[in-house]
Amino acid sequence: MSSAIVSLTLLGIVLGGLLGLASHWLAVEEDPIEKDIQAMLPGSQCGQCGYVGCAQAAAALARGEAAVTLCPSGGRALAEALAKKLGVSADLDGHAEPVPQLARIEEALCIGCVRCFNACTVDAIIGAPKQIHAVLSDICHGCGKCVGECRTGAIALQPVAPSVASWIWPKPAAGLAREVAA
Amino acid sequence: MKNHPIRGGVHPRYWKELASGQPIAAFPLPARLSLPLQQHVGAAAIPLVEPGQRVRKGERIALAPGAMSAPLHAPTSGVVHAIEEITAAHASGLPQLAIVIDSDGLDEWAELPAPLADPFAAPPEEIVRRVAEAGIVGQGGAVFPTAVKLGMGKQYRLDTLLLNGAECEPYITSDDRVMREHAAEVIDGARIMAHALGVAKIIIAIKKNKPEAIAIMREAARAFAGIEVVGVKIQYPIGYAQYLTQAVTGRETPAGRRNAEVGVVVQNVATALAVQRAVRHGVPLISRVVTVTGTAVSRAGNFEVPIGTPVAELIAHCGGYRARPRFLVNGGPMMGFQLPDENVPVVKGCVGIVALAEEETARQPEQACIRCGTCMDVCPIGLPPVEMAQLIRKDRLDDAARLGVGDCIACGSCAWACPSHIPLVQYFNHANGALWTADRQQRKNERLRQLAEARSARLEAARQERLAAQAARKARAAAPRQEISE
Repeated sequence: MSSAIVSLTLLGIVLGGLLGLASHWLAVEEDPIEKDIQAMLPGSQCGQCGYVGCAQAAAALARGEAAVTLCPSGGRALAEALAKKLGVSADLDGHAEPVPQLARIEEALCIGCVRCFNACTVDAIIGAPKQIHAVLSDICHGCGKCVGECRTGAIALQPVAPSVASWIWPKPAAGLAREVAA
Repeated sequence: MKNHPIRGGVHPRYWKELASGQPIAAFPLPARLSLPLQQHVGAAAIPLVEPGQRVRKGERIALAPGAMSAPLHAPTSGVVHAIEEITAAHASGLPQLAIVIDSDGLDEWAELPAPLADPFAAPPEEIVRRVAEAGIVGQGGAVFPTAVKLGMGKQYRLDTLLLNGAECEPYITSDDRVMREHAAEVIDGARIMAHALGVAKIIIAIKKNKPEAIAIMREAARAFAGIEVVGVKIQYPIGYAQYLTQAVTGRETPAGRRNAEVGVVVQNVATALAVQRAVRHGVPLISRVVTVTGTAVSRAGNFEVPIGTPVAELIAHCGGYRARPRFLVNGGPMMGFQLPDENVPVVKGCVGIVALAEEETARQPEQACIRCGTCMDVCPIGLPPVEMAQLIRKDRLDDAARLGVGDCIACGSCAWACPSHIPLVQYFNHANGALWTADRQQRKNERLRQLAEARSARLEAARQERLAAQAARKARAAAPRQEISE
């Protein structure tokens, strides 16, 4: 009885130790935070941050080489979430929310070359060879990849006008005299 | 029936006496009407008419693209002048697309759907369909599509239709007048809605500061079994649907849930009138009762106003201003908003226009919070306004959301009661707007990620296919000799 307990305990200790050493020697070098960050980024691979894609941007963020405000399509919300994740205090006051933009194709200039169609990473452009292309405005996030591809200058980014549907109450300015219903 | 206890609430001065004695008067036909495509919760309506086209009264001029929307109808006969951007009847004052109709003065009716002879013999779906086609939305100001609410009997186990005649906003008297002058139609409309919902019990809740309306509605309800008229206590915001449900039935709706989940559907009395007209007479929602009041207006009154009438014409019809108004408010002063200008139209959710004179307002400098806790005492939801406002001031919106800012109903009780005159509701409106925008961005990003992944998967599949085809070709060419590996 006691020999069984002793032998199993020894076996456990030895094998556990081996596993521990193996995990140390054979560990795959990967920053877990990088994976988390990658999940937070939009993943549209638009390249507006200057990195090839979202994975590379996530790696740079994890190494602390990139600013949390790097991703224009993620907006302020993403910048705040990244700052929280990385435990850095981001100065978001200077980070003006970029005006949302959408690509628009001037139909008179479009020759249906499918260059923009091929450049769009999220399939926001519809079209076919020798057919006029169009932008799906609820998918387009204004990364501008298509603009550089267009040979006829038919594509331009246009700011999205504020609308009743997207308007929100401004934050009250502190300390102003206010008039109220008595 | 005794009221159940409710939390918080305030007691502003009601000023109902300005307009409550004025019977509902017909409103002269305006020369030009502007009908915004978005006057309701949900998707904007899609125009069915073109500039220059002649339309007749009651004709559908814009369709609802889905269930969560509402069609529009021409309030009078005339010619479509344009479909153009006008200043929205909205706190933002931003432009909004509207169908603009020049009235021809004939007021000629289009052919209306045949009236339902016996609505109680018709299947509930038929009632819901007619209400949807009539473009009826919540007339109390929430503008939620009524047909969607009437279809909730399928989704939830309901037992009561609560008819909201509380009208707790100061100044506004349109529901009061509707109940006093159209009691029989309101009760008929309520019975039709109860039939559509499949409930047997109707409770009509009226605030006790409207004794005439209570008496008249009691009298009109006497003939029918299962209808109860209840006086509710004079307390703001008793007219808020969830709050009223709790006061009348004792059932509290859980945070972030629908009222229907506790078995009660709340409809406004003016909505009942609109439903009655749509079902019994085939008349769509083309006009509504609007109170024009405030001490800055020469003659306050209640009017049956065609939807789309410019507010300026309402003011002119009431004899213009007696004094220069400090504020021109759409809706009541507690939850309404300041109109961006006088040319905005009356929309489906407009219960009243209040022109506040100088003496009705007070210029109060904002002071530092003294942590008196008054705002926490008066909050009908039981939220901590002082904590939330402080977090929002520091842009800690997620923390404010954890405290429940999303449950704020923007009733304004906290800001009204605050001795330091801190604009608390504006903080919460701002926070909820910003949180909603962030949430929408988050969902868009999620969608973009899926699209990007789908695209790379598709391109990869196409590449594999190409390679396989190439390999097959090579294999065929070199078939007798040897195997080729790609």
